[in-house]
Amino acid sequence: MIVRIMGEGQVLVAESHLPGLNRLDDELLAEIEGGDHEGFRRTLGALLDAVRSAGEPLPDDALQPSELILPAADATLEEVKAMLKDDGLIPG
Amino acid sequence: MSGVMKRMGMIFRAKANKALDRAEDPRETLDYSYQKQLELLQKVRRGVADVATSRKRLELQLNQLQGQSTKLEDQGRKALALGREDLAREALSRRAALQQQVTDLETQHQTLQGEEEKLTLAAQRLQAKVDAFRTRKETIKATYTAAQAQTRIGEAFSGISEEMGDVGMAIQRAEDKTAQLQARAGAIDELLASGALDDQSGMAKDDIAAELDRISGGTDVELELQRMKAELAGGSPQQAIEGGTTDESQQSRTQHKFDKQ
Repeated sequence: MIVRIMGEGQVLVAESHLPGLNRLDDELLAEIEGGDHEGFRRTLGALLDAVRSAGEPLPDDALQPSELILPAADATLEEVKAMLKDDGLIPG
Repeated sequence: MSGVMKRMGMIFRAKANKALDRAEDPRETLDYSYQKQLELLQKVRRGVADVATSRKRLELQLNQLQGQSTKLEDQGRKALALGREDLAREALSRRAALQQQVTDLETQHQTLQGEEEKLTLAAQRLQAKVDAFRTRKETIKATYTAAQAQTRIGEAFSGISEEMGDVGMAIQRAEDKTAQLQARAGAIDELLASGALDDQSGMAKDDIAAELDRISGGTDVELELQRMKAELAGGSPQQAIEGGTTDESQQSRTQHKFDKQ
């Protein structure tokens, strides 16, 4: 499964890693919805680290669409919240 | 999965057209766009297949209904032959109901056939567009990659030329310095030769000094020769003069000794 970390690129993550990543991902979503800034920062960092270590970076010239997308490491809770709204950050 | 990753992925896919502008690599966006077109084409093809399946199902139903209709007509005819008009009427009224269904299904069949033809045509057109896009996409990707490579080469070249410039400057400086030193050496030689500069080593003498030395050295020899001649001749006024000179020399030497003490 190809995961894109915004601003970093794509990594190929084996399906076997997904349950662990899912737990962090759900935790992150709960923190975003709950407005837990500290928790959000911590979990996002942990999730990105987990994806980076579990995944194999795709070369820059690899051309494959990402199935999952993660916010950039320096994204704020508000930014991610805005991205997750129906309209997302991109209106229309 | 319903967390952030999945939702962001879904939103990005849903906003694909807008996201194209924001994607990091234009080549990726082209492939993404191509993939979306393929998905669309796939949907249209699936639509064509669905419509064709429905059409076939209708045809089967129509055949069935027509079979039943024929059967009821036969039954009515038999009933009449047996003098059972009531049964014949029942059979014919059922047949009439079936005929109505057949007419409805035939209308539906015609509509579906029209849809199928339109969709087939649309799928063919879309296929042609997707093929054209794929070709264009590959061309753009190749151009982009080439442009990237060209930029890299350009950067490398400018780096090399800067380095070469540095080397050139160093060579120029070295050449200037050499020329300067050569010019200076030439000038010094000339100045030394002309006597305008003193030779600090004391090894070389200019022409004038050498001539003076030669002349003065010669004079001493001549004077010595005359003095010796006078001694042999037994004295002369010249001797007194020469003797005085000798005394002066003696005094000078004594003075020199005294100074040393």
